[in-house]
Order: sequence, then structure tokens, then C-alpha cells
Amino acid sequence: MQRRKFIQFLFGAASLALLPARAFAAVWNAAAFQATQADAALTGLGVSKLKSSSLITVVAPDKAENGAVVQIEVTSNIPNTESIAILVDKNPTSLIAHFKFSHGADPFVVTRIKMAETSDVQAVIKADNQYFVAKKRVEVLENGCG
Amino acid sequence: MGVVDMADNMRMRAQLKGEVTEVKVLMTHPMETGRRKNDFGDLIPANFIQLVSASINGEQVLEAQLGTGISKNPYLTFHLRGAKVGDVIKITWVDNLGKTGEGEIAVTAA
Repeated sequence: MQRRKFIQFLFGAASLALLPARAFAAVWNAAAFQATQADAALTGLGVSKLKSSSLITVVAPDKAENGAVVQIEVTSNIPNTESIAILVDKNPTSLIAHFKFSHGADPFVVTRIKMAETSDVQAVIKADNQYFVAKKRVEVLENGCG
Repeated sequence: MGVVDMADNMRMRAQLKGEVTEVKVLMTHPMETGRRKNDFGDLIPANFIQLVSASINGEQVLEAQLGTGISKNPYLTFHLRGAKVGDVIKITWVDNLGKTGEGEIAVTAA
């Protein structure tokens, strides 16, 4: 194989290897997700000043029989909501997930999370470069982090 | 048409209800935290989905970053406005080991 051909082949192989990642503009926020305290996770997300808001609804059970699967629903009625982050203060790592909405997606999400023990669940909303929070306490009867 | 099995690793449904399209997604994945031990006392390595992307007709509508605190077989519901019957919703994920999964489904009337 000629040198030029070989180099072209290498570039071809490299771009093929990158293909699966192409759908993702984002890079996983390791600093935020690996933080063991909620405050550090929020810092990792770039959250500075948090205000409580009654325009955020967090639906979760008062008591969870099994911490391995706790269904959480978050709705934001704050205008121009860009993202929703879900945190569990007392989990080994607090940040559970971060959702960014665009092009007609409502600021609403339902997902199922693990909870190590009884804790507040926080929903942190970003809107117009401000951050808002609502909390819901969930009592966990059986630990789900194993 | 109700729930359709797009692939072994994903189940999806997208239903137009009035002005809102409700999309439900169930991804098959162990979501190992890296803190669990097997029967021999060895740590099971972390293996979890990190990024999920949802698009409609090729335009991104939702971008999710997940941690180990999402339950096994991650479940998501989200709502879209302006979607029509026949529009195609596509979901793609990638985990911490670089494995990917994807599925797509057309919006149906409820």
C-alpha cells in the first residue's frame, strides 16, 4: 500500500470509529456526576444561585417500598425552561440525570431512579440563565443502591 | 399500533394526544453503579448509559445525561408539541464503555 493511500485509510478508519458518537453534541459531565455531595454536583453543573419556585412540580411517592425503582415526574411551568436536573441529596453520588429540551419538547420528564436512603429529591431548573429548585422528600423503606 | 419492539435493547411508544405527543422509552441496560458486589464478593464494574439523545425527523428535541442513579432498564417519558402522525422519533444512547443502542418509531394517533 502506498503511503498516501495508507494515510487515507487511517483517516477513514478513524472517522468510522467516531460515527456512534456523532449523535451526541454533549460530553458527559463527569465532574457533576461523580460529585458525592449535592452542592458539589450543582457546582459541576454551573449552578450558582438557587431560588425556590412553586412553578416546579415534583411528583414522587411519599414512601418508596423499594429504593431500586422510584418513579419521579418533574414539570416546570417557568417560562423559557431549558433544562431539568434531578438530584438525590443522600445518594453516594447526588446527580441522577440532566435533561436539556429543545424544538417543541415540553419541560417535563418522567424517569425511575435509585435511592439509597430517605432523602430529599431536588429538581433544578435552568431558565433565562437563572436556576430554580423544588424539593420532595421520599422515605425509602428498602435501600436500592445495593 | 401500540408498543413496538424496535430492537432487543429498546421499546418505544409515541402517541399524539390532542396537541401533545407522549413518548415513552424503555431501554434495556444493567445500569451497574460500580459499587455492587457479585456472589464472590468482587465488585461488578460500572456499566451505565451516560448520554441519551431524542430527535424528531432528525431534529434534536431532548438531550439527557444520566448517572448511575437511574434505575436498571432506564425509563423515560417526555412530551413534544407540534408533532404529527407519521413523524419519526429516534432515540440513541451510549454507555460508559462506548456501547450504543438506538430505536425509532413513528407517531401514532392515541
